[in-house]
Amino acid sequence: MTEAPPRVAASSDAAAATQAEISAEIAGIAASRTTAEHQPRLDYAPYRSSILRHPTKALQQADPEAVELYAPVFGHQDVDPLEADLTIQHRGEPIGERMVVTGRVLDGAGRPVANQLVEVWQANAAGRYLHQRDQHPAPLDPNFTGVGRCLTGPDGTYRFTTIKPGPYPWRNHQNAWRPAHLHFSVFGSEFTQRMITQMYFPGDPLFDLDPIYQSIVDPRARERLVATYDHDVTRPELSTGYRWDIVLTGADRTWTESS
Amino acid sequence: MTAPTPGQTVGPFFGYALPYDGGPALVPRSHPDAVRLHGVVLDGAGAPVPDALLEIWQADRAGVVPRVGGSLRRDGYTFTGWGRASTDNVGRYSFTTVEPGAPFIALTVFARGLMNRLFTRIYLPGATDAFLDALPADRRDTLVAARDADGLRFDVVLQGDRETVFLTYPGH
Repeated sequence: MTEAPPRVAASSDAAAATQAEISAEIAGIAASRTTAEHQPRLDYAPYRSSILRHPTKALQQADPEAVELYAPVFGHQDVDPLEADLTIQHRGEPIGERMVVTGRVLDGAGRPVANQLVEVWQANAAGRYLHQRDQHPAPLDPNFTGVGRCLTGPDGTYRFTTIKPGPYPWRNHQNAWRPAHLHFSVFGSEFTQRMITQMYFPGDPLFDLDPIYQSIVDPRARERLVATYDHDVTRPELSTGYRWDIVLTGADRTWTESS
Repeated sequence: MTAPTPGQTVGPFFGYALPYDGGPALVPRSHPDAVRLHGVVLDGAGAPVPDALLEIWQADRAGVVPRVGGSLRRDGYTFTGWGRASTDNVGRYSFTTVEPGAPFIALTVFARGLMNRLFTRIYLPGATDAFLDALPADRRDTLVAARDADGLRFDVVLQGDRETVFLTYPGH
C-alpha cells in the first residue's frame, strides 16, 4: 500500500486568476485568430507556466539533414507485448471503466508508421497520477500505474487496454480542472515527426475551460485530439472502445526514395 | 496531405512514465570514446527548469546513423544513437555518449509549460555547415557545445537574450 502523501501544493504556479478571467483570456486569443492553425501556440499566457518557457524569437527554418532524416528504431527487445495492457500490471484489477484505445499512426500522406514506439501515461479513474507531484486528495489505485508502451503493427495500428482516466484539478488558476486525457508519445519515420500530445474523450464539459486544450486555438485542429467512441472496438461484458488516429507532420521522404 | 494531429505539452507528470534506467547512457561510462554531454535548461528568467525532458539522436563515431533497436533495454554493446534524459531539481541533464562523426547531434526538448516540443541541434565545437553559417553571428554560438573537463557542455535557454535557436522543418 502506498503511504498517503502530505497534502501540499501540487504545483508552484500562482493561482491568482479566476476561471472567468482565464476564460476571457482564452476567448480574446481565439477571437484574434485569422488563419488556420495546426499546432498549439507556444506563447499562450492562459497556461501560466508557459509565460517564461516559450521562445520569443522566430523558429529557424531548417531542411532536415543526415540523422534528422531517420527516426530511432525500436523493436521487440525494447517492448514486451504485455506492456500494452495497463490493467494487468498488478495483482488485482484496477478500479474504473475498462476501455480499449486503438488507432493508427500515419504520416501526412496517410501512410502507416509501422513498427514504431508509442508510449502512454495517464491518471487513474479518480484523476490521480502515480507521481510525487500529484498530491491532490483523490485515491491512488494500488492496481494501476498508468504507464504503457507498444509497437505499431505493419499498418500503423496501436492498441492499449486501460482504465478511463478521471478529470483532475491543477493549480493554473482558481478551480482549474483538466479534461480527462491520455498522454501519448509518438515517433515517426523521421526525427522531425517526433511528437507528444494528449488524447481526450468526446463531449467533455471541461474543454472550453482548459487552457491546455484551448492553446490549440483553431477548433478544427484541437478537435483532432478527441477520440471517437467505437462500438466495434467495445468488447461484450468487458470494455468500452475508443478509436483515435494520429497523423504526424509531413511525409516520410525515406519511404518515398525507396518506393 | 492530411492535417496533422497537434502536439500538446508533456505536462508535469511524465517523470514516472518516460524516463527509464539507462536512458541517458548511449554508451557505458567505461567506453573508450565515452563523452559526457551535459548542461542546464533555463527559462526566460534564468531559472532552472526542473521538469524538462531531453532526447538526443545522433550518428556514431564513423558518422553512420544507427538503424538498430535496443534503446529502451540497452545491452551495453550496441550503439543505438538515441537517448532520453530528464532534468534534475536544479535543471541539469547529462548524457553519456560518443562524439558523432557528423557536425551535430539532434535534440528534442519537452517541458511542463512548453506547449509543444522544440527541435534544435547541438553542434560539436569547431563544426560548421551551411545552416550554422547562415545564422546571425550573435545567435550561432547558442547551438555550439563547449568543451569542458567533463566532455561537452550545452545549455538550453528557452527564452531571452541568450535564447537557443530552435528549428522548424518543412511541413511543420
